[in-house]
Amino acid sequence: MNLGLLVFYFFAALAVVGGLMMVTRKNAVHSAVYLVLTFIAIAAIYVLLGAEFLFAVQVLVYAGGIMVLFLFVIMLVNLEEPRRYSGGRLHLGLSAGLTLILFGMLAVVFVKDAPPAAAVAASPAEGNLQLVGALLYQNYLIPFEVVSLLLLVAMIGAIVLGRPRA
Amino acid sequence: MAIPPEHLLILSLILVAIGITGVLIRRNVIIILMSIELILNAANINFVTFSRQWNNLVGQIFGVFNITVAAAEVAVGLAIVIALFRNRETVNVDEMNLMKW
Repeated sequence: MNLGLLVFYFFAALAVVGGLMMVTRKNAVHSAVYLVLTFIAIAAIYVLLGAEFLFAVQVLVYAGGIMVLFLFVIMLVNLEEPRRYSGGRLHLGLSAGLTLILFGMLAVVFVKDAPPAAAVAASPAEGNLQLVGALLYQNYLIPFEVVSLLLLVAMIGAIVLGRPRA
Repeated sequence: MAIPPEHLLILSLILVAIGITGVLIRRNVIIILMSIELILNAANINFVTFSRQWNNLVGQIFGVFNITVAAAEVAVGLAIVIALFRNRETVNVDEMNLMKW
């Protein structure tokens, strides 16, 4: 087992542990911090897969922007003390059971029809950032502009919704 | 040095399962939103895996768009949470059960 595979298993375990801790903490701030851990582990996996631009975007936008936004709102809003799980055992069992069934079915499909090992690609002449930038600004220019319009709409919507009632 | 793609797919599947469980089980609406972000990230891992698999950069570009859409959704979702909190003084989804009050 080579070093690259070991590093991947380490970050994969970190991501899964972060996710599990995130959904089980009573304190919402603890959940947010564990989610940041998961995001950074996933960003490291992107580097292992050669997606360096996505690594930077993930750390900047997800860990650095979205989680900060979550922490702001958690601190604005979370006044109550954490409470016990109030759903009942049937709800818990059904949720966990159905999720496990979904996971099992998809896992069987993924392992049975596993894609063949990727052909080792020659290192591209340009860097990942240059290639992604070229594609983004040439072939995918329209989705790029539409997505920036979406961000503008979301910003306006968030401001309108969050305004104090006059 | 190559990571077998089914390992990455199983990782993305585990994260999706954790995210779905979080959405179904938790009562705090902010943690539900965070679980949704986890699901989106798991889908992103899938995109990048296949981008590497087929040596095609489109997977990574779609991942960038996925992150952007998730950011927009989080902004609006949290604004809704704040507006709900102003009216109801709670972030427990069990108590948000009226369409108009």
